[in-house]
Amino acid sequence: MNAPLIRMRGIRKAFGPVKVLEGVDFELLAGEVHALMGENGAGKSTLMKILTGVYRADEGRIEVDGEEAAIGSTGDAERLGIAIIHQELNLIPPLSVAENLFLGRELKRFGLLRQRAMRARAREWLARVGLAALDPDTPVARLSVGQRQMVEIAKALGQNARALIMDEPTAALTERETATLFALIRELRAGGTGIVYVSHRMEEIFALCDRISVLRDGHFVGTRPVPGLDLDEVVRMMVGRSLDARFPARHATLGPVRLKVENLGDEHVRGISFELRAGEVLGVAGLMGAGRTELARLLFGLGKPREGTVALDGRPLALRSPQQAIAAGFGFVTEDRKEQGLVLDLSVRENMSLPRVPARAGVIDFPREKRQTRELIEALKIRTRDMELALRALSGGNQQKVVLAKWLALKPRVLLLDEPTRGVDIGGKAEIYHIINQLAEQGVAILMISSELPEVLAMSDRILVMHEGRATALLDAAGATQEAVMHAATGGR
Amino acid sequence: MPAAFSLNGAAAWMQRLGPLIGLLLLSLALSVLSPDFLTTGNLLTVLRQVSINALIAFGMTFVILAGGIDLSVGAILAFTGAIAAGLMAAGHGMALSVLAALGLGLLLGVLNGVLVSWGKVAPFIATLGSMTLLRGLTLSYTAGQPIAVGNGGFALIGNGYLAHLVPNPVIWMFIAFALGGFLLRGTVFGRHVFALGGNEEAARLSGVRINLVKLGVYGLSGLLSAFAGVVLTSRLYSAQATAGSGYELDAIAAVVLGGTSLAGGRGWLVGTLIGALLIGFLNNGLNLLGVSSFYQQVVKGAVILVAVLLDRRK
Repeated sequence: MNAPLIRMRGIRKAFGPVKVLEGVDFELLAGEVHALMGENGAGKSTLMKILTGVYRADEGRIEVDGEEAAIGSTGDAERLGIAIIHQELNLIPPLSVAENLFLGRELKRFGLLRQRAMRARAREWLARVGLAALDPDTPVARLSVGQRQMVEIAKALGQNARALIMDEPTAALTERETATLFALIRELRAGGTGIVYVSHRMEEIFALCDRISVLRDGHFVGTRPVPGLDLDEVVRMMVGRSLDARFPARHATLGPVRLKVENLGDEHVRGISFELRAGEVLGVAGLMGAGRTELARLLFGLGKPREGTVALDGRPLALRSPQQAIAAGFGFVTEDRKEQGLVLDLSVRENMSLPRVPARAGVIDFPREKRQTRELIEALKIRTRDMELALRALSGGNQQKVVLAKWLALKPRVLLLDEPTRGVDIGGKAEIYHIINQLAEQGVAILMISSELPEVLAMSDRILVMHEGRATALLDAAGATQEAVMHAATGGR
Repeated sequence: MPAAFSLNGAAAWMQRLGPLIGLLLLSLALSVLSPDFLTTGNLLTVLRQVSINALIAFGMTFVILAGGIDLSVGAILAFTGAIAAGLMAAGHGMALSVLAALGLGLLLGVLNGVLVSWGKVAPFIATLGSMTLLRGLTLSYTAGQPIAVGNGGFALIGNGYLAHLVPNPVIWMFIAFALGGFLLRGTVFGRHVFALGGNEEAARLSGVRINLVKLGVYGLSGLLSAFAGVVLTSRLYSAQATAGSGYELDAIAAVVLGGTSLAGGRGWLVGTLIGALLIGFLNNGLNLLGVSSFYQQVVKGAVILVAVLLDRRK
């Protein structure tokens, strides 16, 4: 038997205090589609970044074709024929499609760029991913998210990769684009390419993949062939217990209507209407780019609505800035805590009090600030040795709790949560769910955007589903299924 | 889940202690090399020389912490100094002239802030523009000639002594240091400066009025530059159109030597004071050792580069 295309053995990796991978094995054969599964934060992305030379493993070995390979840079990985299609798109928006496709490996003659040759080659690659009609001179900024994803795939094709890693490739694709992608994947498999397919979507995995490997909290759980495998077993491998135990029971009672949104719209979202009651959790589901974050930003006073009204406790609101939104009783836990939620160099204490520093006449009241911080650390069970520690030193789950704590200190009336458990490990997730439930029980009205369907289904009272800026469904969570939500999220009504 | 580790605290302290250790080592070396260095008279002279740069650098610290840069400080110093001198030459009193200069400095700084915040001009470009503009205005106002000041009270600002020992500029420097330190660490404004420099988007989404904070830091920088202009004009008994040339770079050097990150969000005012003293001691020591002024610049530049390189490695 031939050696596998890629074999990773005993891979370990830690970032500061956080152990991300603790002895992971992974194997990819030529001509197979191999699903890599696990909860967010299980270590899938890190493992793939080690394989592609973005990170270096602290321990462990990587073999390519049975020979030990030293992958110290992305260039090394590329030379070995390993390519990755990123979850966060890595294209440069102002550059053209062709320029992006050849970035870093431009065709040159005597130091001059061979523009025409590159354009012709770009057209070939684009045709393979179903974008034959796309002009390679188009700036990437003008493409839809789905088109960008396909350009990324074309770029990997151009590298003649033997091992291709796809990280949530369908997250932003329409059904049609997904079908094109699947056909392409099958074609590549037939040609002997090994494909690592990272995804949360079970139905895709069962339709497409030959084997499944599962990671949990940085540990390797196992590899199974897909034929004969049932869904429950995969879930058990992923979460280590049955599914319902992941979400704590909910006891909130619904109060009066707190937030009433009617026909709200701007350049990203259109005609959004819903009512949100005190104590209610309204889940917002949809694909990447569906306008969910834009909706939250609009409610938080970031951006100008073109149409529609928002009323809080029966009084109309016209918020024009985050300050006004905060004063009105809104809190906003942003999607990206490192970019938008936290100041990593400031301490836990300083981050928590940032929306409203306890002060008298502009002079900080340190005793009150420390008391407030202590209370929040205790209430949210934030694991930090010291409230003076820089946020940078905390694990993802604890950082996320600090983001929540920031707003809890203000006793918000409406809390907007955008992907509140992204990048948080399973234990941390359960704790955040518990906090969300507690807030609802205290009568906070909560709007929770999430891309994880089980989370939306289990945590919400009702679910607003968005597609291309519009609301396509408003479902009762109790009776809703993943299929119903996905159907509405991909544009079906 | 692993608890946060303790290295963070130690590293932070190393970063803080670095500049201080540097200052102590330099002082030690200079006191061994030159018997004149460690005398009260010499140390007070150095402090007086340092004070002008320190005043400007304190304001610069706020600007850099907030993620900006202010190249116009030297030009504001020259312009406001000339205005103060001109007002007195025209027969106005000392109080009015000084207040006018300070008010003007504050206003010019705020205008820089408006360009940077609402105008969305990159700080480097905005303050480069106002620097050039103010240099031109100063030259035309003074017609390139020094403006002499005969006011005896005014002369005390830069030349008087407290208790016949400590030069007044040194007193001003320490007062500005104390007030600045309180503003930075003890007030909501200071907290917002750190937050803005650390992560502008997070600060904005937390309800920090970032545009006002920017006005604040540039206004403060303008005010302190004008104050430095008043002190310098007093000390020299005259205002010069070319006064303060290159001071912006000395101020930035002091801030960076003190361990404040040019990227914003990390730093402290104590470091800036130490940075200014480092530069002052270095100048003084090289003078005492008879090193030619040409080589003094070489040494100063090398020290800055080495310090920043050491800082990077942490």
